Amino acid sequence: MSTIAFPGAPAISRPFVDRVHEWLTTVDHKRLGILYIGFALTFLIIGGIEATIMRAQLVVPHNDLVSPQVFNRMFTMHGTTMIFFVAMPIVFGFANYLLPLMIGARDMAFPRLNAFSFWLTAFGGLLLYFSLLGASGLYGAGNAPDVGWFAYAPLTSQTFSRGHSTDFWTLSLLVSGIGSIGTAINILTTILCLRCPGMTLGKMPLFAWLILVMSVLVLLAVGPLTAAQIMLTIDRYLGGHFFDTQAGGSAVLWMHFFWIFGHPEVYVLVIPAFAIVSEIIPVFSRKAIFGYPFMVAATIAIGFLAVAVWAHHMFTVGLSSNANTFFVMATMAIGVPTGIKIFNWLATLWGGKILFKTPMLFCLAFLFQFLIAGLTGIMLSAAPFDWQLGNSYFVVAHFHYVIVGGILFAVFAGFYYWFPKMSGRMISETVGRLHFVLFLIGFHMTFDFMHVPGLLGMPRRIYTYEPGRGWDIWNLIVTTGVAFQAAAILVFVSGLVWAYFRGKPAGNDPWDAWTLEWATSSPPTPYNFAAIPVVRSRRPLWDLKHPEDPDWKYDQ
Amino acid sequence: MNASPTTMTAGELKWELPTRGHVGMFALIAGEASIFVIFVVAYIYYIGKSLTGPMPREALEVPIFFTICLLSSSITIHLAVKALRRADVRSFGRWWLLTIALGAAFLYGTAREWQRLIYTVGLTISTNLFGTTYYSLVGLHGFHVVVGLILLSAVMAFTFLGHVRHEHTYRVDVLSLYWHFVDAVWVVVFTVVYIIGR
Repeated sequence: MSTIAFPGAPAISRPFVDRVHEWLTTVDHKRLGILYIGFALTFLIIGGIEATIMRAQLVVPHNDLVSPQVFNRMFTMHGTTMIFFVAMPIVFGFANYLLPLMIGARDMAFPRLNAFSFWLTAFGGLLLYFSLLGASGLYGAGNAPDVGWFAYAPLTSQTFSRGHSTDFWTLSLLVSGIGSIGTAINILTTILCLRCPGMTLGKMPLFAWLILVMSVLVLLAVGPLTAAQIMLTIDRYLGGHFFDTQAGGSAVLWMHFFWIFGHPEVYVLVIPAFAIVSEIIPVFSRKAIFGYPFMVAATIAIGFLAVAVWAHHMFTVGLSSNANTFFVMATMAIGVPTGIKIFNWLATLWGGKILFKTPMLFCLAFLFQFLIAGLTGIMLSAAPFDWQLGNSYFVVAHFHYVIVGGILFAVFAGFYYWFPKMSGRMISETVGRLHFVLFLIGFHMTFDFMHVPGLLGMPRRIYTYEPGRGWDIWNLIVTTGVAFQAAAILVFVSGLVWAYFRGKPAGNDPWDAWTLEWATSSPPTPYNFAAIPVVRSRRPLWDLKHPEDPDWKYDQ
Repeated sequence: MNASPTTMTAGELKWELPTRGHVGMFALIAGEASIFVIFVVAYIYYIGKSLTGPMPREALEVPIFFTICLLSSSITIHLAVKALRRADVRSFGRWWLLTIALGAAFLYGTAREWQRLIYTVGLTISTNLFGTTYYSLVGLHGFHVVVGLILLSAVMAFTFLGHVRHEHTYRVDVLSLYWHFVDAVWVVVFTVVYIIGR
């Protein structure tokens, strides 16, 4: 997408070094978006390999494929990688690429801050993995972080985590967190200040609305994580006592600080998934989204509730009964706005002329799977149920249902939907369907059956288990599913590469869609719009294509 | 194709959006505020939890003079921006310089307090929970004052070189928001550390 082919202009091929230099120094939101997405895909493969190693270790009882120490590093690196270096960058990548196009702007509000944020995130990811080389230091005390992705105190103190592995974890999250705050500032400012004429807040695509709420949550949630990492560094290097129970410090305070970040983070990731689904379902149902104002209100409600439910991760710690009651109620309340969203998507489908293209297939699977994930979430929100199943494989199955079954499926839908815009070429439907079917089978084999050993009492993070507890067959099925998922990812990545070089030309608007990004060329020119567009309704391209019956004639 | 999907001309619409400098700065302030909130919560949570001395009451003296310095710098920076808005660059420079002097005086006060605490009272960041939370919270705020002073000094240097003019009011105004934020945080830190915690 680096060059624009003007008709009749001679094709200029510049030296490879020049092209690399252009990508490294770019401040163009589209290129940075693609850098984010490429970075995230690379880490998706790495995090996937780590998950595969864990599942291979657990496939049969008393397995000794990896040592307990390596297993600890695998689940720590897998969790940290997938949340901070896959899910967040991929969300930021889509937001970066699409927002200015959707709101009729030529770039983000602060292009250089945008590049700075991306490179901080990239540096954070490299720092995490540099621990493999650098962390053992003079202690010979093991590489790669092994304290779990939420790194509870006092395991992270100098006493129990020798060497530098925990420091690499801390610094990598600190650095990438600052990058995330920068991106959130940029997104917020872009949406509030750069909308094209006529695009009032009520006429923005839902995608923009949801990303706006997401960026506010990033601003509120990443700060506490940053603060907690600073405190941990003070404890480890300056002899502070924040989380030092020997000197009156509190290990539970770390849990509070981490989850004050950790729970809103779930919504930071899932709200963009909602955003993608809210764009795709209407286009493939050939209907405008149902209940736009309610979708916006529900998202804002989720945003408010998201910052008031963190301690449901801590029921097993033994909070006071008042605290338990509050967090149970607040958590269950989230079911209401989320339910509104699901009903609105269903109502959009209702009576529509549904086209079962690949993006739509992923969205429909998302609807079903996200509902199940929400239902197990409601189960776990009941404190007594959580006391029984907290830190079991039931919890692991629940949040993977959210992250894989919900977020990743939506992101895949986004790939199939917007790849033609980003590259100018279509991904073949055959590849898309094969990917979908394989991943659907793999996902359900792994994560449906993972609930069962959890109910049977299998704790998370154990590196092996005794035979004869009734867990064996379930673990075997769970690991078998991984093979299908891996095959699906292989199909997906090779499909992307093949489409990039050989795919059918997409044209500007392959899906007959209604938002402004489809009014640009595919891929868009560096300046996006030759003339800044003016819009009059939520579906500017519908107005353009149907001048006899434009949306703005009806009250919205 | 770069068609403009419209049925009305731009002239038909009055289109004004907030300026990106102010929105961006308010967003930064929101993010920073959430960092400070966590440090303040930690401070309050650990009041009276130290297992050994020295305790706040025997260690801390209320820095009234330097607090007045910092808070009045909010007024001087406001007057500086106001001067630039009416294109009075000389007056702007004077108020701006006074702002920097007041900020530097505050930092000097902190330095003297820390020197006394470390060498006379014997309180360091690793002595007890009070030391850990005190130095982190006051230090985090002090770090923001330092960053603010660097930015203010850059503007001062440009003023001396004659590069700051009336049309830069907008940028200077955005920067002053940050300085007001640093002052507002001190009100909270002061209340928590020297009044509630002492």
